[in-house]
Amino acid sequence: MEKAKKSEQLVAAIENGTVIDHIPSDKVFDVVNLLGLTSITTPITIGANLTSHKMGSKGIIKIADRYFSEEECSKLSVIAPNIVLNIIRNYEVAEKKAIPVPDEVRGIVKCCNPMCITNHEPMQTVFRVVDKRNGTLRCRYCGKDIPRDDVKLL
Amino acid sequence: MDNSGRSLISLEGLDRDDILELLRQAATFETKPDRKILDGKVVATLFFEPSTRTRLSFETAVNRLGGRVIGFSDAATTSSSKGETLKDTIMMVSNYADLIIMRHYLEGAAKYASEISPVPIINAGDGANQHPSQTMLDLYSMLKTQGRLDGLDIFLVGDLKYGRTVHSMLTAMRFFNPTFHFISPEELKMPAEYKEFCRENGIRFSEHSEFNEKVISEADIIYMTRVQRERFTDLMEYERVKDSFILHNDMLAGTKPNLRILHPLPRVNEISQDVDSNPKAYYFQQAKNGLFVREALICNALNLL
Ligand SMILES: [Zn+2]
Repeated sequence: MEKAKKSEQLVAAIENGTVIDHIPSDKVFDVVNLLGLTSITTPITIGANLTSHKMGSKGIIKIADRYFSEEECSKLSVIAPNIVLNIIRNYEVAEKKAIPVPDEVRGIVKCCNPMCITNHEPMQTVFRVVDKRNGTLRCRYCGKDIPRDDVKLL
Repeated sequence: MDNSGRSLISLEGLDRDDILELLRQAATFETKPDRKILDGKVVATLFFEPSTRTRLSFETAVNRLGGRVIGFSDAATTSSSKGETLKDTIMMVSNYADLIIMRHYLEGAAKYASEISPVPIINAGDGANQHPSQTMLDLYSMLKTQGRLDGLDIFLVGDLKYGRTVHSMLTAMRFFNPTFHFISPEELKMPAEYKEFCRENGIRFSEHSEFNEKVISEADIIYMTRVQRERFTDLMEYERVKDSFILHNDMLAGTKPNLRILHPLPRVNEISQDVDSNPKAYYFQQAKNGLFVREALICNALNLL
């Protein structure tokens, strides 16, 4: 706990906003892309490769004055289901939110089957989440299953 | 206008009654294949990948029903070779045709087409994925030769790893309490996910690496598939097993009288020529059954039955 606190302090505290914690270090920039953080104008602090006694190494993103909808958050489940969102109000954690796993994922993930129509037509990909615990996706078009570790973002 | 609900993309959505009803309709077409049900209708056959056998079967079905056919038999001669999207081709053709029968080298192409097309789509094969009319004609041939679909002993022989026809047969037969026997070289064994499917659906199966007279003595159906050289990572292994999964006439001496031998065709050498004259050989009639099954599928897609 001590260690975790220390690493969080490496990134500046925010008064109001969202702290996205427990991001696997190699997924930090996927989270940035999925939430469209590159087009946000409020202050954002990104910490990567921080020490975590739970995960070994983790990333944290702090976004001032911005909260995310269920739908926006559920996108994150395709890459890292254990991410936690801390809602900050007045420098305090007002709420801790786990990532909801959606039934369907549209237009975020690329199908890993090179012979899938979605990799050849200008069209939206659609996956059904067939195993919510392990995050396995099944392509609506070619029927192939993608384990969470093989998920590639579009 | 939304006709996509009548599209046939795979058999996964069909239940036991749907399958039996389609087979019953196919049987009525067999008693009278020539009918003017499609009078005034135009059917497009879009073959983005050549498959003469399947195309001729579908086009014969349309013609025998009194409809007209437009289309192409090879994408190299069409605008898709100039970079046109599948969507644009489907939208253009759906202006002209009442039904689109399509074959494509990409998996999921027919599913996508059915989502954008205002007219129904019949999938005549999408890459390694689905080929529902082939599976329906396999089922029709089993029902016709055995008088039942329930409780059959079905032997699948050859390439069980890549053979899409054997995979869809497992799916479609799950309602009919079959016992499957998987006979294949080690490299081309039935994939674990399909064996898991059998367990989940209470389908009995056993696996054999030997193909001989003794193994097949209890068979009602032997379904042969081709063992292709290019499927092997180890060519030495191919050379070793290539002659072990060939059906010869002398292997059939001790088999059950009701046994019939099926093959999706084209055959290369996995059924030796001396089997052809054996009354248990059924693969040529099987191909003919495709016509009646496809007549039923076409009329269903157009809601004409
Ligand atoms: Zn796919």
